[in-house]
Amino acid sequence: MSLLGDRQQLAYIAAQAADARVNVELETEGMTLNIGPQHPATHGTLRIIARLDGEQVLWADPSCGYMHRGYEKLTEVRSYPQVTSLVNRIDWLGSFANEVPFILAAEKLMGVEAPSRAQHIRTILFELSRIANVTLFLGDLGVQLGAVTPVFFAFRDREYVLNLIEGATGGRFHPNFDRIGGLKDDLPAGFIDETRNVMKKLRGFCDQIEDLLFGNEIFQSRTRGIGVIPKDVALQYGMSGANLRASGVDWDLRRDQKLPLAYDKVDFKVITHPDGDSFARCWVRLQEVRESTRIVDQLLETIPTGPIMAKVPKIIKVPEGEAWVSTENPLGEMGYYVVSQGDMGPFRVKIRSASFNNISITPWLLKGVYVPDIITILASLYFILGDIDR
Amino acid sequence: MAKLQKREVSPLSSTTDTPTETPRDDVRDPEIARVCAALGSAVVDSLVKPNDDMWIRVTADAWRSTGDTLKSLGYTYFGFISAIDWLPSPYGRGEDDPTAPPVERSSVIKQGYAGGDTRFQVIARLVQPFTTLGINIKVDVDDSLMAIDSWSQVFAGANWHERETHEMFGISFNGHPDLRNMYLPKDFEGYPLRKDFPLLARMVKPWPGIVDVEPLPGDDSEEEGDAS
Repeated sequence: MSLLGDRQQLAYIAAQAADARVNVELETEGMTLNIGPQHPATHGTLRIIARLDGEQVLWADPSCGYMHRGYEKLTEVRSYPQVTSLVNRIDWLGSFANEVPFILAAEKLMGVEAPSRAQHIRTILFELSRIANVTLFLGDLGVQLGAVTPVFFAFRDREYVLNLIEGATGGRFHPNFDRIGGLKDDLPAGFIDETRNVMKKLRGFCDQIEDLLFGNEIFQSRTRGIGVIPKDVALQYGMSGANLRASGVDWDLRRDQKLPLAYDKVDFKVITHPDGDSFARCWVRLQEVRESTRIVDQLLETIPTGPIMAKVPKIIKVPEGEAWVSTENPLGEMGYYVVSQGDMGPFRVKIRSASFNNISITPWLLKGVYVPDIITILASLYFILGDIDR
Repeated sequence: MAKLQKREVSPLSSTTDTPTETPRDDVRDPEIARVCAALGSAVVDSLVKPNDDMWIRVTADAWRSTGDTLKSLGYTYFGFISAIDWLPSPYGRGEDDPTAPPVERSSVIKQGYAGGDTRFQVIARLVQPFTTLGINIKVDVDDSLMAIDSWSQVFAGANWHERETHEMFGISFNGHPDLRNMYLPKDFEGYPLRKDFPLLARMVKPWPGIVDVEPLPGDDSEEEGDAS
């Protein structure tokens, strides 16, 4: 799809340009600003067309689809174990977390439950993906607001977490480690001690970022009060994860939902913030990394012994039925609606990804903000393109 | 939120034996009764899977008012809207040998939970915030109309989901402000997520899996083992 060939888009812009002369007294003229698709603030290729009146945004229209890979169609020609390698690439920074809800949905349809050791290790890897994902956000946040230092700390410390994931699963980015009925492998020797050290380092990283970034006056003045999302609007748009909790909604699927994962065995706080602005969203994420390190620490103490794989047939056929499973992923609620017709592969999979809903609020949210705040708001909403376009 | 009971499953229990008495759900059974009472004659069918989820199917005329009613009943969190094409794919799983004669496949539509009468169904999910009580709402889409009412005035988040459903399935939503394509180019022909839309990558090159796959074992339980 070429930019100019998109006649539909241009027609839309032309129609909207009629409202360019908004400020009648000053007789200012509107201007259309194209952000992206290759802007560093977009974590991929989100393109935003913004109509400006001076420095203010009249309307903004995100244009997705530069990374649409059609996973919902592809799942229909894959078998269940093959789908995990696809969904790894939806949110590529926290890829293990994408596999879990799909596997849980398939297990629910089959009536299989993973042994408790596998559930435990799944939860550990799930939280490690969250840490790897959100750590990058915390570093990148600085870059987008003009502070270059935090990103080096973030990449340094994220590397430790990726090493852990690589050690356990063999893949840094795309583990493809979850199986129906359990996990591919057990933890490697030395994983527990190493993870404890890394969690200590990560807590140090959080302190550093809090000192460097969150205490910074410029950072505060650029994020406080910018892009406020009220609670009821957030719910209507189906926002989830830290974006929802930053609007004061105390809702975390890890705590509120009964799933065969080990979250009920640990004690953790759900972080909320009443403000709903960009600062709140960043702050909630920072605190969640801290909580995640504590969850991992607690889980490491209590890994049960036993098998890591339930008894499942070699060739997996899932009985007829429909199932919905969603989990609290790094970016928010990610769910799969799986329709099975008793075949080796799913009949239809609806992938409900967090960023798609989170970013659908931008036309509403960007109305009336100033140009530099677009970047702040997009950064604080924290989306990953693969998670929007799927 | 009432504490949900832990589901007791042994491996493969669902395929080996069926429970003699139907399990009950103390939370969802009264909840679906409340929903059905509020919606009245709009509900065509409903289903509760104990300790799992709820499904209802409503008439197409009442689709918009169903959204309003459920919102007032406390289902204020918008999950998703999408569609399901129930036609079995005429291309199977895209693993046919292109040199072989075409395979005859059944085109009998097998409907899912809460039934259905048409090839296309729109499905939406709403959740009651601060519990995990969610409800899946299905509606039949008439093949000749291929349109239902839009929910974008009820739930703001439905806007993008309906745009996506429109371009992927060709179902239009009456009253939607802006049904432009989201992912595909404007002049794209066809609706990719329909089952009769071929996955071209599988058509132009034979799937390598057809040559080196092991034969399927029979359904007898002796074939079970570790899948690691």
